[in-house]
Parts: sequence; C-alpha cells; structure tokens
Amino acid sequence: MSRRKAARAEATPPPVPRCDLAIRPVRRGDLEAVIAIDTQVTGLEKRDYWRSVYRRYGEAAAPGAQFLVGESGGEVIGFIIGEVRDWEFGAPPCGWVFAIDVRPDARQSGIGTRLLESISAGFRRAGVRKVRTMLASDNTLILSFFRSQGMMAGRFIPLEMDLDG
Amino acid sequence: MKLQQNSLLALYSLVEFAGDPTRHIAAAEIAEKYQVSPHHLAKVLAELARAGIVQSVRGVGGGYRFAANARRLTLLDVIARFEDVGSGSTDRNGRTPADRALSAVLGEIDEMAKATLKSVTLATLLRLMQQKVPGSEAQSEAESSA
Repeated sequence: MSRRKAARAEATPPPVPRCDLAIRPVRRGDLEAVIAIDTQVTGLEKRDYWRSVYRRYGEAAAPGAQFLVGESGGEVIGFIIGEVRDWEFGAPPCGWVFAIDVRPDARQSGIGTRLLESISAGFRRAGVRKVRTMLASDNTLILSFFRSQGMMAGRFIPLEMDLDG
Repeated sequence: MKLQQNSLLALYSLVEFAGDPTRHIAAAEIAEKYQVSPHHLAKVLAELARAGIVQSVRGVGGGYRFAANARRLTLLDVIARFEDVGSGSTDRNGRTPADRALSAVLGEIDEMAKATLKSVTLATLLRLMQQKVPGSEAQSEAESSA
C-alpha cells in the first residue's frame, strides 16, 4: 500500500455504526468491563476504586451525576463519568467530566464523541451550560480528543506542591 | 507566545493543503493569499516535503499536496521543525538563585505551551477556523475600521 493510501486508511478507520452503538447508564454487570478497559489503558487495576465510583455514580447517583457506558455488539467498549458541581472553585454550576475511556481496539470510530455528546446532553438537561475537565498535561491522547471536540483552555490554572514529612 | 515566521508559513500552508487534500496547490497561490515571499515559502515547503508532510507534484497543475494524517499531525510536530519550542530560560545555566527560580517559572510556561501545541492537531485547527473565536469579531472590526 502506498504511503498516501496508508495515511488515508489510517485517517478513516472503520467506524462503529451509530445505530450499533448504544449509550446508556452503567449497570452492575458492566463493572468488570469498565475495570478491564481502565486496567488495559492505565496498566493498573483499581478494583476498589471502581466499586466505590459505581456506588457513588452508578446505583445511587446524586442528581446531575452520570456514569454512562457505550455498548456495541453486547460488549461495553467505553465509558464516561461526570457530574454537575455547584460553586466549586468559585465557579457557577457546571458539568465536570472526570473519566472517559474507550477500549483501544475500538478507538477512532466516534465512540468518545458519542459518549461526550450524551453526557453533555445530560448536563444541559440538568440546566448547566458549560462542561469542564482536567487531565495531565502529558496525556496527549485524551487532550487531543477533548480539543477535537471543541474544548479550549479554561480560566482555571491547576496548582500543586509536594507535602514533605 | 509568538511563532517564528517559518512556523507560521508552514501552518498557513498546511491548513490550505489539508483543507482539500486532493488538490495540488502551487506555492505561488499560497504566497499570494498570505502576502508572503514566495522564495521564503519555497524553503518552508521543501522542509515539509523532506518530512513527508507534503508531497511535491511536478508538471502542469503541479504544486504540493497534503501527505500526512490531519487527525494525527499536531501543531508541535510542525513548529518543532522550524524552531525550538520551549527554550525559555535565562540562558545563564542557573548561575544564581534568581536564575534558577526564573528558570523554574519559565519552564512551567514552556511545559504548558508544549502540551497545548501537542494536543491540537491540524484537523482540530481546521475545525477551529470554522468556529467563531472569542475576541476575533472585535479584532476584525477594529482591523476593518483602521
């Protein structure tokens, strides 16, 4: 395959048909798939963390909290989690996305876009008009994804310091 | 942050090429559109061709065409070919505590700039061009009335 054809093929991976992808609230039975995706992506299994996230955002979610999964062919292939937070950091109520991931073999087919569209629709229904997120500056993949969706640098600057002893 | 002329010429050219990847565009057309020196632009395009980002097409209707993946090519990939991104230090090798403290602060800015340029692909830049950028309206009004 010529380099040009290869580049074009890479640019347009086979998409998961929109009709084949269902975005829905997480169920208890999805948790293993969510843990597996996160473990595959981060290289670290965080079972207790995900159980606690499920308890807070899944089964007993507060108003404005969302834990959605993308399902295709009977398999969970991505998820997104977020909630509306009021007056945190002095900001008027807005939607925060604090986790998103798509199984590596299912990427580049619009699943992340559908997940973000769905959670944003939920935020709109909850009455907020802005969505924010925060991630590591070296997480180029997810940064590029959010940028491609129209997100720009916000008016907050994250700061941190080491706590010695 | 200000980009050097070569970086700007490269990005101007790439938005033209990537905006219509099937079209061959003559360097002269880009030079005229952006009011830049054709000679200067030719050098920039030669570097982009060497990097495999564009492909030169000879003959009638020749010029250059886009040869990369706009969804993968980042602004940093392009700019780093023409300038050293994030060289903001005091150039004194941390000789004094003031140099070291200033270098730490400038290093923060460099890291943010690099992360930003690395997260914006050419495809995202093309999409941004279709959107209304905050402040651009006021600026273009000021420009047209100047």
